[in-house]
Amino acid sequence: MNKSKLFTIKNRQIDWLFRKVVLLAALSILGLALLIAWELFLHSKLPIEKFGWSFLWKTTWDPVGEIFGALPFLYGTLVTSLLALLIAVPVGLGMSVFLSELAPPWIASPVSFMVELLAAIPSVIYGLIGIFVLVPAMRESGEPFLKQILGFLPFFQGPAYGVGMLTAGILLAIMILPFIVSVSREILLSVPNAQREAILSLGATRWEMIWIAVLPYARSGILGSVFLALARALGETMAVTMVIGNRPDIKLSLFEPAYTMAAIIANEFSEATSEFYSQALIEIGFMLFGVTILIHALARLLIYRVTAKTEGRI
Amino acid sequence: MISFVFRRKIINALMLSLAGLCALLILSVLFFILGYIVIHGLSGFRFDFFTQLPRPVGESGGGMAHAIVGTLKLLGLAALIGIPLGLTGGLYLSEYGQKNLIGFLVRYASDLLNSIPSIVIGIFAYILIVLPMGHFSALSGGIALACILIPITIRNTEEVLKLVPSSIREAALALGVPEWKMICFVVIPTAGRGIITGILLGLARVAGETAPLLFTAFGNMYWNQNILDPVASLPVMIYTYAISPYEEWHQLAWTAALALLLLILGINLMSRLLLRWQIRN
Repeated sequence: MNKSKLFTIKNRQIDWLFRKVVLLAALSILGLALLIAWELFLHSKLPIEKFGWSFLWKTTWDPVGEIFGALPFLYGTLVTSLLALLIAVPVGLGMSVFLSELAPPWIASPVSFMVELLAAIPSVIYGLIGIFVLVPAMRESGEPFLKQILGFLPFFQGPAYGVGMLTAGILLAIMILPFIVSVSREILLSVPNAQREAILSLGATRWEMIWIAVLPYARSGILGSVFLALARALGETMAVTMVIGNRPDIKLSLFEPAYTMAAIIANEFSEATSEFYSQALIEIGFMLFGVTILIHALARLLIYRVTAKTEGRI
Repeated sequence: MISFVFRRKIINALMLSLAGLCALLILSVLFFILGYIVIHGLSGFRFDFFTQLPRPVGESGGGMAHAIVGTLKLLGLAALIGIPLGLTGGLYLSEYGQKNLIGFLVRYASDLLNSIPSIVIGIFAYILIVLPMGHFSALSGGIALACILIPITIRNTEEVLKLVPSSIREAALALGVPEWKMICFVVIPTAGRGIITGILLGLARVAGETAPLLFTAFGNMYWNQNILDPVASLPVMIYTYAISPYEEWHQLAWTAALALLLLILGINLMSRLLLRWQIRN
């Protein structure tokens, strides 16, 4: 065998090896995702077997008697996340409309960069701001003010503690804003210009153009960005733990302290004394995992639909 | 008729300025947060903070040197595990897995890992490392952070590698260069700075993670060298000091927040400058 042939064979072997190594790395990611799901399931088996589905609607959380129900945490998570969406979606949408439709590029690009900075601030720093700025502000002025003008509603009653679902919702809103802004800005930019020009040529004002021609076109993509933000909000841990008040109650008033799924894991996991107790906490984590996967898949599907549509039509 | 036109114009002006107001509101929140942290953190921003260990309650002074080193140590561990895996995974997606089933599954899995709440990753690392070993350790914290870093690196690497024009790949192959050499010495260097930018952004994101460290790296109050021992980190220190009842500790939490913010924004800005520099060349 001559030398050049040997060279070719050697290279082919290396090529083969290279492919296999790279494939292995890629497959290990798949394995990692499956492993996480499997380990979480395996280590929450005891409470799953003991409580079954009743874990979802029982309200007792008694580590000493080993009776666990996750409803207060589900409720707290849901209320704070929805509250955050209620605040963040209109404001975030307003900003992304401003960035994509109104602002000239020399304003839009630095401002988008600043929004990314907002996303880069770690959650524990939001929590710090929450404890020392937002909570006192809510206690002394925000909640009394709300009670004065909206106190007839059951949502705004009771003593103003400062900590509670409302404060957590506001803080969460600030944290998910960057995601809504950056994703829905991308979506709005992908709306074809023909859409805008057509309605402007009919004599529409700028706002009518946005309201009639741009936003409906981007509707499902924007919904996708909202779901993406929701997935963030549901799993957000540190900032919420620091301002929610950590009390496993189900109360209608938004001023009341509550608890979220992520918060109880953060607070009690390293102190869980018995195996059953820590497995109950892991089951909450498993639930959190399942819910985020579901919402994330829905969000991807919605965003994919808009971007696919744009490529198809004009 | 006139009033109808007038009304439309009014609504137009109103809604557009409302959109501008939203933008202004968000920006002012950003500047408020940054400004507040700088003002409150700066008063404790002394030399001691970076060289001293925490003092007991009641004694003023002291610092968080061990937490700064701990954060760097955890980042190093995460990078050591996460970057090779993430890089090769991204390489697979862009070079071999553009359209096949494995590529789709891996892409989906990494998106999924990206969206899992970080506290769940913490539980995973706890089950995987802390439970069998019987105690908290820096290693488990590093692995938890790596699990967050891997999906970010994969997707960033894939995006950047996809930008490398296929003509470059074909040119190399036409010269008789074997595939692995083409990838290692032509494709990767072409996308080099983009890849590094992606990795740096991932590290910046991971540096601020607190939740997965609570029951993996845990934290302590002294120096340690062993990666099998618990290690302190800036985010966890901020958390424990912020919820403590002591005034001096709150001050330290603000200063630590400023230090963490500087670290993260520093990495962030550096990576962006790197990318801009490449585009200009």
